Amino acid sequence: MKTRRSPLKKAAVALAATATTLAAGAAIAEGVSYKRMADALHAVMESDRTVYTRVVVNRLTNEEKVIKASEHWKDEKALPLPAQMFRFGAEMVAEKNAGFTYSLLSLWPVNKQNAPRTPAEKEGLEAVVKNPKQPFYTEETLGKTKYFTAVYPDRAVAPACVTCHNEHRDSPRTDFKIGDVMGGVVLRIPME
Amino acid sequence: MFASARAWMLPGPTTHGHYQIELACESCHTSAFTSAEALQQACVGCHGAELKEADDKHPLAKFADPRNAPLLEKVDATMCVTCHSEHRPRMTNAMGVTLPDDFCVHCHAGIAEERPSHAGMGFDTCASAGCHNFHDNRALYEDFLLRHLDAADTRERAQVAARDFVEIAAMLPEYPSDRYPIAALTEAQADAPDHARANATAMNDWLASSHAAAGVNCSGCHQAGAADTWVDRPDHAACATCHAPEAKGFTAGKHGMRLAHGFSPMTPAQARLPMVPQAMDTPLTCSTCHGAHAFETQTAAADACLGCHADRHSLAYRSSKHFELWQKELSGELPAGSGVSCATCHMPRIEHRDPEFDIKRVLVQHNQNDTLRPNEKMLRPVCLACHGLQFSIDALADATLIERNFNGTPSAQIRSLEMARERLREHEAQRNRSAQTSN
Repeated sequence: MKTRRSPLKKAAVALAATATTLAAGAAIAEGVSYKRMADALHAVMESDRTVYTRVVVNRLTNEEKVIKASEHWKDEKALPLPAQMFRFGAEMVAEKNAGFTYSLLSLWPVNKQNAPRTPAEKEGLEAVVKNPKQPFYTEETLGKTKYFTAVYPDRAVAPACVTCHNEHRDSPRTDFKIGDVMGGVVLRIPME
Repeated sequence: MFASARAWMLPGPTTHGHYQIELACESCHTSAFTSAEALQQACVGCHGAELKEADDKHPLAKFADPRNAPLLEKVDATMCVTCHSEHRPRMTNAMGVTLPDDFCVHCHAGIAEERPSHAGMGFDTCASAGCHNFHDNRALYEDFLLRHLDAADTRERAQVAARDFVEIAAMLPEYPSDRYPIAALTEAQADAPDHARANATAMNDWLASSHAAAGVNCSGCHQAGAADTWVDRPDHAACATCHAPEAKGFTAGKHGMRLAHGFSPMTPAQARLPMVPQAMDTPLTCSTCHGAHAFETQTAAADACLGCHADRHSLAYRSSKHFELWQKELSGELPAGSGVSCATCHMPRIEHRDPEFDIKRVLVQHNQNDTLRPNEKMLRPVCLACHGLQFSIDALADATLIERNFNGTPSAQIRSLEMARERLREHEAQRNRSAQTSN
C-alpha cells in the first residue's frame, strides 16, 4: 500500500494545476493526502448508494411492492437501478472535470464493459473480495497520466441486490448472498 | 469573403448533412486554425440535444473515465470527427461515417464470448444488418425486442396522436394570449391595414383558417412579437413567435437549415435528390408548404412534398397502401390520424416537452431528417404506432421495398428478435436446471 502526504512546498505547483487536476491539487495544497481525499469521497458515495438501495429501491420494490426497478426505467416507468443511479452520478462528475473519476466494476459484471480492464482494477477487485475490510490503493499510468487509484469493496446491502443479480440473464454469477462483496468502486485521482 | 472564393477554398465537398451550409465555414470552424475542442463544441452545439434525446449509447461522459484511455488510443470516441470526418467524399460511408464499416471491432472484438450467437458475424454487419446503432438504440435493445415479440404486422387500431396546440396554447408562457385570446374572429375584427384588407383571397383564406378560428389576428403574424411596423411577407421568425419548436425543427432539417445560417432559402435546384423540374426555383419557407393565410396542414402533409420530390420512393407513394389510407382519412371514411401521409413518417407528431416549463404537448417534428439516417430512428416515433416491431425492422431494412413505398412485404426477416427469444429460452432452461439440482 502506497500513499503520499505531499509537502506544503508543493502548494504553489498544485495551485497552478490545470482544471482537470484542480480538486486533487487543492487536496495537496491543504496537505490532504490522495488516500484521505479518496476515502472521504468514497464515504459519500457509499452512503448515498446504500440509502438509495435500501430506502428507495429495496423498500418500494421488495417490501412495499409499489413500483418496479428496471434498467429501462424510462420506458417501463420504473426506478433506475442502484448501479445506474451510481453511474449517472459518475458520468455527471466526469462531465464536470471535477478532478477525480470513479466507476463501479466487478469480477462478475452484468455489463461486460464493467469488468476489470487494467491490471490495477483486477488486482484491486480481487483484493477487496478477499479482504472486504481493507480498501486497495495503488498508482497506475493510463494514457499519459499517472493516477492514485483506490478500490473499495461494494457489498450487497439489501435483498434487492442479490435477487436481481442472481436472476439477471447477463449475470455471470448466480449465488450471491447478502453481505457478499459483489464488486468494487474504483476511484482515480490524477497525480500532479 | 465572397462565396465564390470560399467555394474555391473548400478542401472537398461536404456530406449530405452539411453541404447546404458548407460555405458558412465559421459554423464549424469557429475561428481560423480552430482547435479540436472548438470544432467538437461546434458539433455539439447543433447535434448535442438530439444525441441526449436519443439516449446516446456512446456519450462523452463514458469515455472521460481514464480506464477507457487504451480504447481511446484505438478510436477517440470523445471527438465526433474521429468517425464523421468532413470534406472526405471518397471515404464517406452511409450515415456520414468515415471509418471503415467494421469500426465496432476495436472495442467489441470479444463479443462472441459474451454472446456466442454472434460468433462468425462480420463486424461490418453490426450496424448494417438492422440490429445495432452506435448512438441510438432506443428501439433495438434486447428487452425492447423481447417486449415486442410476436406482435401482429399491423395493429388493429392503427392511429397516430392528434396535435393539441389549441388546447395547450393558452398555457404556454410565450403565447400572446393577452393580445389574441383564443376565440374565433370575423372579417370585421381583422386588424390589417387598408392595403392588405383589399386582398380578398388572403382575407377569405384567413377566415377559413385555424388561425382565425383560434383568435390569431392579422397583426399576429404581420406584426409578430408586437412589432411596430406591418410586414407584408413575414418569414419563419414570425411563425416562431408562436411555433418555436416547429421552427427550430424546420431550420435544423434540410428544408430550413440554410435560413438558420443566414443564406437564401433552400430550393429544389440545390437538392442532391431527384426533384420535379418545374419546381426547381421554389424557395422553401414555412408558407411554401403551408400556404400563406390558409395555413392548411393536409396539403402540407403530402401534396406539398410531391410538388418537389421526384425520387422513386416519393413517386411510388400514390400507389401505396399508406396513400390509400390517407385518401380515406381525407374523405372522412376513416378517423383522423389513421391515414399515412408523407408527413406521418417524415415529419411525425411527437411528444414535446418544454425544456423550461415541463409542459408536454404533441407537435409536428419539422426536421425531416430526425427519423432518418439511420432509418431505425423511425421505429419508435412512427412505425410502431401502427405496426409490429419485427415487421417494421424488416421493412426498414429492405431498400427495394422502401423504393416501392412499402408496396409489398419485406423480403427478409432480421434475426435480432428471434436471437433475443432464443437467448431468453436458454436462460430460462438453465434456471430451471439449476433450480432442480438445488432441490
